[in-house]
Amino acid sequence: MSTAHTFLAADAASEHRTLIISLFAVFVLATLVITVWAGRQTKDAADFYAGGRQFTGFQNGLAVSGDYMSAASFLGIAGAIALFGYDGFLYSIGFLVAWLVALLLVAEPLRNSGRYTMGDVLAYRMRQRPVRTAAGTSTIVVSIFYLLAQMAGAGVLVSLLLGISSDAGKVGIVALVGVLMIMYVTIGGMKGTTWVQMVKAVLLMTGALLLTFLVLLKFDFNVSDLLGAASDQSGKGAAFLEPGLKYGATGTSKLDFISLGIALILGTAGLPHILIRFYTVPTAKAARKSVIWAIGLIGSFYLMTLALGFGAAALITQEEITTSNKAGNTAAPLLALHLGGVDSSWGAILLATISAVAFATILAVVAGLTLASSSSFAHDIYANVIKKGQASEKQEVSAARWATVGIGIVSIALGALARDLNVAGLVALAFAVAASANLPTILYSLFWKRFTTQGALWSIYGGLTTAVGLVLFSPVVSGKPTSMFPDVDFHWFPLENPGIISIPVGFLLGIIGTYLSKEEPDKGKYAELEVRSLTGTGAH
Amino acid sequence: MATDAPPPSKEQHRLPTTEEFTEVQESAEFGELRRSYRSFAFPLTVGFIVWYLLYVLLSNYAGDFMGTKLFGNINVALAFGLAQFLTTFLIAWWYARHASAKLDPKADAIKSRMEGGA
Repeated sequence: MSTAHTFLAADAASEHRTLIISLFAVFVLATLVITVWAGRQTKDAADFYAGGRQFTGFQNGLAVSGDYMSAASFLGIAGAIALFGYDGFLYSIGFLVAWLVALLLVAEPLRNSGRYTMGDVLAYRMRQRPVRTAAGTSTIVVSIFYLLAQMAGAGVLVSLLLGISSDAGKVGIVALVGVLMIMYVTIGGMKGTTWVQMVKAVLLMTGALLLTFLVLLKFDFNVSDLLGAASDQSGKGAAFLEPGLKYGATGTSKLDFISLGIALILGTAGLPHILIRFYTVPTAKAARKSVIWAIGLIGSFYLMTLALGFGAAALITQEEITTSNKAGNTAAPLLALHLGGVDSSWGAILLATISAVAFATILAVVAGLTLASSSSFAHDIYANVIKKGQASEKQEVSAARWATVGIGIVSIALGALARDLNVAGLVALAFAVAASANLPTILYSLFWKRFTTQGALWSIYGGLTTAVGLVLFSPVVSGKPTSMFPDVDFHWFPLENPGIISIPVGFLLGIIGTYLSKEEPDKGKYAELEVRSLTGTGAH
Repeated sequence: MATDAPPPSKEQHRLPTTEEFTEVQESAEFGELRRSYRSFAFPLTVGFIVWYLLYVLLSNYAGDFMGTKLFGNINVALAFGLAQFLTTFLIAWWYARHASAKLDPKADAIKSRMEGGA
């Protein structure tokens, strides 16, 4: 029965392939028009990197939400709740609470003291070249991890929606996503990318709202009944609504969960593609307003993923969800199909709409990530390290455009390789790397008078290598059926998420490196940074 | 968002010298601003991180407690999770209120004096 249903899902999708493709084409066309329009207004470096700093707090809040609510949030969390019940919800809580770190400690000081990249703040009172090289390296590594997750999500979606299951087809889609994101960023710069994020955020919120409404309607708006139906249908009874199905099995998996939790709440404020969004508004007050809006929007969205995940668990059999995608990544689109009616054209239309929204989500997020890494390459590494600050604005922006093409090509290649990986898990790794390599240096730079260049370098490189190294020798990469390379086993680190080790290492190395360094911290520069970061004096 | 400040003009503000920055950094007025910011943001950060970790640890090691049903199919775990959402919204609102009442006036005063070229 359930297998029959699965075939039905694929059939319904392929019957309405034209509809799905047209909806998606409309989105692509609309965003390309926006991009070209924005590109015409992009004249100097501040336009390209920071959208001219003319966005309002609300607009940027919408764009921040658009950048943050990735395929992992929409597809990954809904799927994780559908399969593991309550444990899927744990992700959303960490993803949301994390915003308080950004609000209270990072967004406003960063806006006040930097210009285009995270490296601007890290290198402010340090020796420019080594610190900018380090900041650029970690920006690019974090963004590539995150890009991989989005690319994998694109492959999964398309195989379900367009009925393309051949490897060549999936690679083709990854390439298409890559080409589009290169176009958004090279032509539209930050201005175009920000508008794409806003459009996407509105579409995603509307789609989620629609599905939530339909799910609740089925249960007469009785949440308790919805939860009851989900736990009955899941076959796991009351345990489905309690913590433990995914992480509670052994002592190791419990530790893994703590590690994940720490990485989630400390990672957000170290994600370069989120940080550069705060430069698109004119003042620190507007940056604060962006975060407040983002917290409201993202929080509401995650509350809705509860309805989507438990709704999928209540209305669809577990077997159908896992047959369609082992990690549950297609639970949300499947839910749309079931809500509209599996045999009706409403079901197919809803499926097509939600899939187009999910695809728009992926496109917008990859554009944001590409912009973050190419900005950092051009501004931190090319202009300040290679050209030693002597590059003209024109040269810098053109370096950023070329870097976009390069990063686009690299991520197409990696995305094609990573097309079958679990989406939410990969994003959690990016968070762990951001929390270990970026957050300690950001906080020390802003708040610790004594912090030195050596402290910054030890913290960034130490946090980065510890996090990436532990992942390399974790079950994510080898030794388990779900690993990247299931056929070989060279793992010795038992946890999937390195945060519990690598984050304290990043923080500690910053302290040790500082105390062991011979150089005196530059007091005058710290006075500048501190006064600027708290008052906005001299902010561009 | 008509309340947002207008975009800054493209012309450069006068950037104060390092000596002026150091002088302001050591002034009582700036000390007051720093204290007002740090004494609010730092303890609150520790607070919400502890509150979140408590939730993570209870989810891990207090399964029976978290599974206690409150009403219908709503258990402690779900209520606790929703409480994390609620506290996040509240803290964000509280900080925004504190910042606009206590921090912004002080910061704006220092900024306009420094950029005014005193």
